[in-house]
Amino acid sequence: MAAPLTLLLLVAVTVRAALYRSSLADLISERVEVVSPLTAWKRVVEGLALLDLGVSPYSGDVFHETPLIIYLFHFLVDYAEITFMLADVITAVALYLSVKDYNKQVFRKQKYALEADRYPLDCLELIRSPKEMQYIPLKVAMFYLLNPFTILSCVAKSTCGLNNAVIALFVLSTIKGNVLLSAIFLSLATYQSIYPLTLCAAALLYLLQRQYIPVNLRRFSFWWFVAQYAFMYLGSLFVIVGLSFFLLGSWDFLPSVYGFILSVPDLTPNIGLFWYFFAEMFEHFRLFFLCVFQINVFFYTVPLSIKLKEHPVFLIFMQLAVISIFKSYPTVGDIAASFIKHHKASSASSLNIFLVSCVLLACSALFPVLWHLWIYAGSANSNFYYAITLLFNVAQILLVSDYFYAFLRREHHLSHGLYLKRKDGSEATLVLK
Amino acid sequence: MRWEETVVEEATADKEDTSAPETVVQSSVPQPKDDFQEELVIRPLHSGDIYASFQFRTLWETDFMRGNKVSHYRLFPKSLGQVISKFSVRELHISFTQGYWRTMQWGQPFLPSPPGAELWVWFQDSVTDVDGTWKELTNVLSGIFCASLNFIDSTNTVQPSASFKPLGIGNVTDHRFLRYATLPREIVCTENLTPWKKLLPCGSKAGLAVLLKSEKLFHSSFHSQAVHIRPVCQDWQCKTTSWELRQTLNVVFDLHTPGQGKLEWSLFKMFSRTLTEACPLASSSKIYIDITDDPQGEQFEVSPATHLLSQAMVLGDRRTFSVYDLTQQITFGTVRSLNLLIRWKSSEGYIHYQPSKDRVRPHLLEMLVQLPPNSVTEVTVQFERALLKWTEYTPDPNHGFYVGSSVISSLVPSIVAMDTNSTREQPLFSSFFPCKEESSYFMRVYTEPLLVNLPTPDFSMPYNVICLTCTVVAVGYGSLYNLLTRSFQIEEPSPGLAKRIANIIRKMRGVPPL
Repeated sequence: MAAPLTLLLLVAVTVRAALYRSSLADLISERVEVVSPLTAWKRVVEGLALLDLGVSPYSGDVFHETPLIIYLFHFLVDYAEITFMLADVITAVALYLSVKDYNKQVFRKQKYALEADRYPLDCLELIRSPKEMQYIPLKVAMFYLLNPFTILSCVAKSTCGLNNAVIALFVLSTIKGNVLLSAIFLSLATYQSIYPLTLCAAALLYLLQRQYIPVNLRRFSFWWFVAQYAFMYLGSLFVIVGLSFFLLGSWDFLPSVYGFILSVPDLTPNIGLFWYFFAEMFEHFRLFFLCVFQINVFFYTVPLSIKLKEHPVFLIFMQLAVISIFKSYPTVGDIAASFIKHHKASSASSLNIFLVSCVLLACSALFPVLWHLWIYAGSANSNFYYAITLLFNVAQILLVSDYFYAFLRREHHLSHGLYLKRKDGSEATLVLK
Repeated sequence: MRWEETVVEEATADKEDTSAPETVVQSSVPQPKDDFQEELVIRPLHSGDIYASFQFRTLWETDFMRGNKVSHYRLFPKSLGQVISKFSVRELHISFTQGYWRTMQWGQPFLPSPPGAELWVWFQDSVTDVDGTWKELTNVLSGIFCASLNFIDSTNTVQPSASFKPLGIGNVTDHRFLRYATLPREIVCTENLTPWKKLLPCGSKAGLAVLLKSEKLFHSSFHSQAVHIRPVCQDWQCKTTSWELRQTLNVVFDLHTPGQGKLEWSLFKMFSRTLTEACPLASSSKIYIDITDDPQGEQFEVSPATHLLSQAMVLGDRRTFSVYDLTQQITFGTVRSLNLLIRWKSSEGYIHYQPSKDRVRPHLLEMLVQLPPNSVTEVTVQFERALLKWTEYTPDPNHGFYVGSSVISSLVPSIVAMDTNSTREQPLFSSFFPCKEESSYFMRVYTEPLLVNLPTPDFSMPYNVICLTCTVVAVGYGSLYNLLTRSFQIEEPSPGLAKRIANIIRKMRGVPPL
């Protein structure tokens, strides 16, 4: 498997390098769909310039990256392109390895279930065979690397690529079962943008499952493991925040980074829902709706965890999808990260997924057109762009719920059989009630 | 500090001193006296580029004409000597140039030359067939310099009558004996530099010629190499004449790194070599650094420091030079190598920048800049347009937002002495700004304000936007709620209307349903 992966990495790096050298690189790095005030490379350069000038980079309202990123690029600014390509490569390799490892565990569980005769006889065709799953890791890596969204995000030098790399490493370390690394990478991801905090529950569930500790609130072992994980996670988070404080010399970065993410003062248009909503918000209700929208991202954690407690890896991907749709400054790089679940679910409703994917592609093509009409030509106004944003988000939500539905349905079939009969013997249909 | 007045040589704009010719004494046959001098002039230019001009001069007291067969060549190259005697050349000037000299940015060169190749020759008046001799001469020269000068023929040769008077002695002005040709397409490369370097007495092994490495010389904005041969007077009364061969090389190196301002230049950076010794055959080997623009050493500093200074008239301007004499061992110091360093002193420019905070304070940019004379300075600032909340727009948002004027405050040097006594009786219009010193006055200039068109949201839609966005969020919430709270069940077919009514009646009666 190493050769096709290497070939894929070479192709991906070549495509990115070619685009870096072309004149498109400047054009792409200014597109609002690809970069946001949080992730733009221009702002990183500005922050570095302010740092060289002796002014704190957070004294203005331009720079919203975390201090570790600015110090990383203080040394690597000449190799920025290589850094971003490397981040993409690391993400792809981490995803590849994690999917491979996960497949092994799935097969093992299936084998035990088959031996224990837990599957009804007619759903054997739903069982995944090693043969058909052999190329899935490579396909996942390919889907991430050759995704136009990812390529655009890399060429624009958006720091979203670094976020995705950290999240991919978190997924890899969780699936491998390494508790300490998982906590460290999760705290790094949380440090960069607050939303990966919701992945804590998923990681906990998976690691508990892997160590055969049952999720029972009355048992001591459960609480002991939770306390360990929480300690490692919070400890590394404190260490990273403290390190930033010592590097920077002040606490300026807390309101500039986290306050910015949570209170959304910058209303630059992007592909999310927040900007126009808060541009047109009545002042009286602004705080209320801000809280509603931010809670919206976090509060799916508990219900999803309860429903998907047997399938924590799918839970991770559901959480990533929810984060990428509802976060305050989404970009196409986040969307690319959330599409990885594409190959995990079955193709029960592939027609629906195909339609929704077409809607997404059409919207992606319309974004630059309507932006140009609004800003440069002046013949459209902001409502056009806003409408496409709405459509894009609806399509994403439908995609996510379709995948969820397909997954749940497959699980139901695996436990109750594929061909269901009604009481009188005729063929039945399944509904959600 | 030792000042040394130089002698201005008539006819040309020179800046080096002519030293006494070196006599070479041999035991048997008295040889004609010859002398070799080499020099390098480095001039830092205003734009941060650097101009280096090499000149190698060989003076030989001999006579190529009138049937004298010269057989023993020492410093003068044999190939050129044979060319002069065979084709009865009185003056020969040939130059190969790559690039165009930018006078506006670089000033005037010491020896101007056009792009491509240029050749102009004055023949002796004993030549009968000038055109035939010219053709043969160009072919021979193309062999010597490895250039395609054989393309010079009657289609690109002219006989100027007024512009190219002889630069050496001689009062023949019959322009029938002058031929001028230029090949603008000719490209200069290492193939041309190598035979040029071979004509030097020390070759490229010693002296200033070790700096002539092609990989650096051709990686420049302007490169020109030339050979000039002419007869000159040996003394004031012109009783004896000698042949002068000058090989010149002008090169301008430019900055490659944008945005870093003026850096430092060194011999190693320009030529990838340092100097270790002068040419042993040279009577004088000097390096001149032009410090006229910076006499007190405020803008740049030269190291290692030298106490030798020289002044010369160049193109109507008196210029001052720091001199490094390579024939003295002390120039090379203890490390036995000389690497001149010219470092631009960073101006104590003061920049005060206060970035803006949204809805709290604006940007403030203050810069203390020293503007060089006769120049254009541009300050550019990148900006992004922001979308504001709908309540923050003015009632006429499509008019645009104003950005205030920029302010330039400066002390301008004044020609007349200003009056510093402010208590004297003066008209009101001349006494507003306080005058602290006599030689300058204060001036403040405001620029035009800027009108920026910001993108606006649709002001008629706040309620609609809230509803639509909440709908989308509700779609998400709803589908996830459905999937999370419901489970799959087998669907029972719903009975027909009649049956349902019957079931209701049965339920009321307490009887089991159908």
